[in-house]
Amino acid sequence: MTKVTMTVNGKSVSAEAEGRTLLVSYLREGLGLTGTHVGCDTSQCGACVVHVDGKAVKSCTVFAMDVAGSEVRTIEGMANADGSLGVVQQAFQDHHGLQCGFCTPGMVMTTAALLANNPKPSEAEVRHELEGNICRCTGYHNIVKAVLAASGQDAGAMAAE
Amino acid sequence: MPKDTGIGASTKRREDVRFLTGKGVYTDDLSLFGQAHAVMVRSTVAHGRIVSIDTSAVEAMPGVLAVFTGEDFKDVGGNPAGWLINSRDGTPMREPKRPVLAHGKVRHVGDAYAAVIAESYAQAKDAAQVLSDATEIEELPAIVDMKAAAADASNRVHDEIPDNICFDWGWIEDNRAAVDAAMKAAPHVVTLELTNNRLVPNAMEPRASIGEYFPGTGDYKLTTTSQNPHLTRLLICAFVMGIPENKLQVVAPDVGGGFGSKIYHYGEEALVLAAAKRLGRPVRWTAERTESFLSDAHGRDHVTKIELGCTKEGDILAIRTETYANVGAYLSNFSTATPTFLHGTLMAGPYKVPHVYVNVKTVFTNTAPVDAYRGAGRPEATYSIERVVDKMCRELGLDPFEVRRRNLLTPDQFPYTTPVGLVYDTGNYQATLDKAVELADVAGFEARRAESAKRGRLRGMGLSTWIEACGIAPSHLVGILGARVGLYDAATVRVNATGTISVMTGAHSHGQGHETVFPQIVAEKLGIPASSVEIVHGDTAKIPFGMGSYGSRSLAVAGSAMDRAIDKIIAKGKKIAAHMLEAAEGDITFADGKFSVAGTDKAKTFGEIAFSAYVPHNYPLETLEPGLEETAFYDPANFTYPAGAYICEVEVDEGTGKVDVVAFTCADDFGNVMNPMIVEGQVHGGVGQGIGQAVLESTSYDENGQLLTGSYMDYAMPRADDVPFYTVDHSCSTPCTHNPLGVKGCGEAGAIGSPPAVVNAVIDALQRGGHSHVTHIDMPVSPNRVWQAMNA
Amino acid sequence: MHNFEFVKPSSIADAVTALATEGAQPLSGGQTLLPTMKQRLAAPDVLVSLTGIAEMQGVCMGDGGLHIGGATPHAVVAQEAASHYPALAALAGGIGDPAVRNRGTIGGSVANNDPAACYPAAVLASGATVVTSTRQIAADDYFQGMFTTALDEGEFITSVIFPIPQAAAYVKFNQPASRFALTAVFVARFADGVRVAVTGASNNGVFRWEEAEAALSADFSAAAIAGLTASAEDMISDLHGSAAYRANLVKVLTGRAVTAAR
Repeated sequence: MTKVTMTVNGKSVSAEAEGRTLLVSYLREGLGLTGTHVGCDTSQCGACVVHVDGKAVKSCTVFAMDVAGSEVRTIEGMANADGSLGVVQQAFQDHHGLQCGFCTPGMVMTTAALLANNPKPSEAEVRHELEGNICRCTGYHNIVKAVLAASGQDAGAMAAE
Repeated sequence: MPKDTGIGASTKRREDVRFLTGKGVYTDDLSLFGQAHAVMVRSTVAHGRIVSIDTSAVEAMPGVLAVFTGEDFKDVGGNPAGWLINSRDGTPMREPKRPVLAHGKVRHVGDAYAAVIAESYAQAKDAAQVLSDATEIEELPAIVDMKAAAADASNRVHDEIPDNICFDWGWIEDNRAAVDAAMKAAPHVVTLELTNNRLVPNAMEPRASIGEYFPGTGDYKLTTTSQNPHLTRLLICAFVMGIPENKLQVVAPDVGGGFGSKIYHYGEEALVLAAAKRLGRPVRWTAERTESFLSDAHGRDHVTKIELGCTKEGDILAIRTETYANVGAYLSNFSTATPTFLHGTLMAGPYKVPHVYVNVKTVFTNTAPVDAYRGAGRPEATYSIERVVDKMCRELGLDPFEVRRRNLLTPDQFPYTTPVGLVYDTGNYQATLDKAVELADVAGFEARRAESAKRGRLRGMGLSTWIEACGIAPSHLVGILGARVGLYDAATVRVNATGTISVMTGAHSHGQGHETVFPQIVAEKLGIPASSVEIVHGDTAKIPFGMGSYGSRSLAVAGSAMDRAIDKIIAKGKKIAAHMLEAAEGDITFADGKFSVAGTDKAKTFGEIAFSAYVPHNYPLETLEPGLEETAFYDPANFTYPAGAYICEVEVDEGTGKVDVVAFTCADDFGNVMNPMIVEGQVHGGVGQGIGQAVLESTSYDENGQLLTGSYMDYAMPRADDVPFYTVDHSCSTPCTHNPLGVKGCGEAGAIGSPPAVVNAVIDALQRGGHSHVTHIDMPVSPNRVWQAMNA
Repeated sequence: MHNFEFVKPSSIADAVTALATEGAQPLSGGQTLLPTMKQRLAAPDVLVSLTGIAEMQGVCMGDGGLHIGGATPHAVVAQEAASHYPALAALAGGIGDPAVRNRGTIGGSVANNDPAACYPAAVLASGATVVTSTRQIAADDYFQGMFTTALDEGEFITSVIFPIPQAAAYVKFNQPASRFALTAVFVARFADGVRVAVTGASNNGVFRWEEAEAALSADFSAAAIAGLTASAEDMISDLHGSAAYRANLVKVLTGRAVTAAR
């Protein structure tokens, strides 16, 4: 075991890790940040997506030691400073973009990264960019609407087409 | 302005806030002091005799605390099937024991025969690998193909079951001769052989369980990913481990989707309890996705021959089916009900068809157990009917919309007794069909088809008119049919002294939004803010009883129990109010949160009554107990019968065979709707899964029983770019006639009605595109299959 | 997964030294290696991360064409190669999903040589040069069958140099579950001829479809290959597609790539 240090949600943190400790295990078990979920073991489902130095990554497919010293952001760091829901989070609630909630942290993190790169995505771009996040509950309809709404577009009109 | 609270409002979900901020608490999120980690050791062969397990190979490994094998559970009970089915000859089904850990034989890849408990997950995992290597299993030939299994008596999944058949069921057997005669006399007979593809439910949260034992009291606690904790408690206590029911608490906290797969009790739950007792420490287990693929109950997996007799004008005269249903290696809890009473009883569909006979042979194979998955039996029935009706239209050159209109039951025919034993209480199937035709712009299809053709794509349209029976279920009826439990539900409504309310419900929310919807109903009925109402679910220690959430039953059954309990609260409130207002009880009315004396301005608010019940200073103590808390058990009088019409449009790429679902329209009749936003979300999700079944999802075992589609690398889950926006409508409402809320249930509809609409659309596209030899393609209509069919 | 010692050198020279250790294996983005290690199909004693080596990062024009550092993630290639080599950038932008593209690297992909990976098609069709910690290898010599390359033990890819064609396109048909290429075709037209590389289809990994190259070198149009048939003989046959189906895709996708080439 080695002590691995990084910045998570703006705070410098450290926890013990082995070479094989995945970033997601470091977050969940080392830091108790259980909002990041594990839904598969083949890097497909995206429930574990977090931001590392501003980029969306699958935390189940990164070793904690490989991102030592990085800036990590998780779902626990996405609300506004006053504790209210952030823009993406609020759009997901407004448009019923979640049901069981398990894939939701990954969806929110992927969406936030998408909108940072592409502030006004088309429906097709949203669907393409969500390719690595699997949801079994929603049929994606309301997730895509929520992403479009979070980008400030008229999601209702776009979905009715 | 649409209302934003109460019944019928699209109230935003309160549970979302915790899920959106990472504060949900799923089973694996819990961390207990002193916890140890269990890893299951699973068979890598489909069928074999366990020769030896050398536990000494791991006992001294770092961190290893205990090793369990089938030997440790050979003297406790097995995990039972919940429904007894008799064969056509009257003999009861064969019920092999399903042990906690495989003993003697392993019967499918992933069958757990041992478990290692260690200080850390990594240590347990390391040791499990070593134990797997230190196990000798004599491999036997795998039994994978259902028909071959039933034909070959020499190779047996269970040594005591000679033909691998669990039962051979006829429904309704007494009608068989009449159906045969009607089929023989029919001017035209359509025959279709089809497969309803095996699916892996794939709730995004893998199964997980944590066992605790408290030596001071002898109490156990199980925290687990369950859709119905009370049933899990019952099965563990009464059937598997013999723990007194009052000594086991089962908690299902936030659960990340179920779709049927988390209804059932699984061996890991008993294992963590036994291990917790032996070690005196909490023991946790969480499935890896690979384990979910191998050991969760799968769904569907029927091979069916369906025949339909009709007139040349398209009047359906008779339907006859023969189905082989794969039950896998063991009987999961609902596995015998799914292909029978949830399937055969629906085989008349929404049509006035006089003669129906269904035969189902359920077969054991060396594959994972198969059980109910979203829709459970009803999607299989709907797919068979709607595909064969579509084929009839093509063979006779009839319009599929007109043929449906000709055969659909009409509103004046309700209540309607089907030839397969159900009584449909109400419906208006023409209305939903008309609504779907309007919303899908059927009239504009030709123009869209021409536009697709310009882009080199074949466009087709497919229709499905479907019905289901849900709101499971009237106990007296299912009892006659072989169910070993009642299927009522329960609720306690506790009015606290300060007027806030806790509702303990037997339903379990794992995505359905009960925490939001149930308070909407309470608030509407009691005239108080929904924010004053809290829903408590998923804990046997807090809730009187319940049968959980599946079969679109939460509102129809548990919601009805809650409604009845609220009525009892109001009735008691009237007694209290009569005393306080010095009026006759019969003169008290309750509306808008106030108990009033009719015809006067004398009134007490709901809060005042609640306070009085708990501070009974001015209270009729001689005739009325203090307190304001009521429990109701509700047993439905009938199933509920949601129905609807779905229209799908697809484009087919001739060069690659790829099918794109480009439009999907649903017109549903769910009866009364409590929260339209949530109802629509349920339909979206069901349709997404239905499109997945129709186009993408295939569960494939090779001849050795190895699962070829054991991860998301090979099992094609629908992704955001596989589906379009859906058009959904639920305005054609005929309220259920027999439950107090008039609700029918909406959870399974999408998954039931959509697969045939998709496949019908694909056949339509190919036929219109000149591939007239293609009359059927089995699901999933993968690019490879569609291309092969076009080029056959 | 089995445990291992993790090291993260900051220079190619240090990485070479670290990889000389018994049981050492390079780790690039890890998007394939980590799932493989979870399944215990790979169990290195020492894992040498290449992601901290600045000289292996980035995209720039240089001698022989576009130089892409071996540890450059797909997302960076998708963005920074767009103005130089749009077909290559589009290919990079279609690998996996956004999170995979942020971690997965060109060097990792080309070193692994998965028969369904995207990058090998670009490298082969472009006639690129694979630059390693010890030498330079021409694309035609580099790929030696599925999961097999000319790389020696301890050798790793430091960059890939792509000559820029006059026109090119990559058309990928997704395997519906994994989103790897069920079959994909990269067509690149150079002044001295056309190269066509196919991935996802063959039991021998990425390959050049030489009949199509000849036909397209004479006439760069979809019609030029209409009379050709890709042989199904060595094609992969699995539950997602038969050999005959893949052979069909090779032809269909080649035609579409020619039409799309810019």
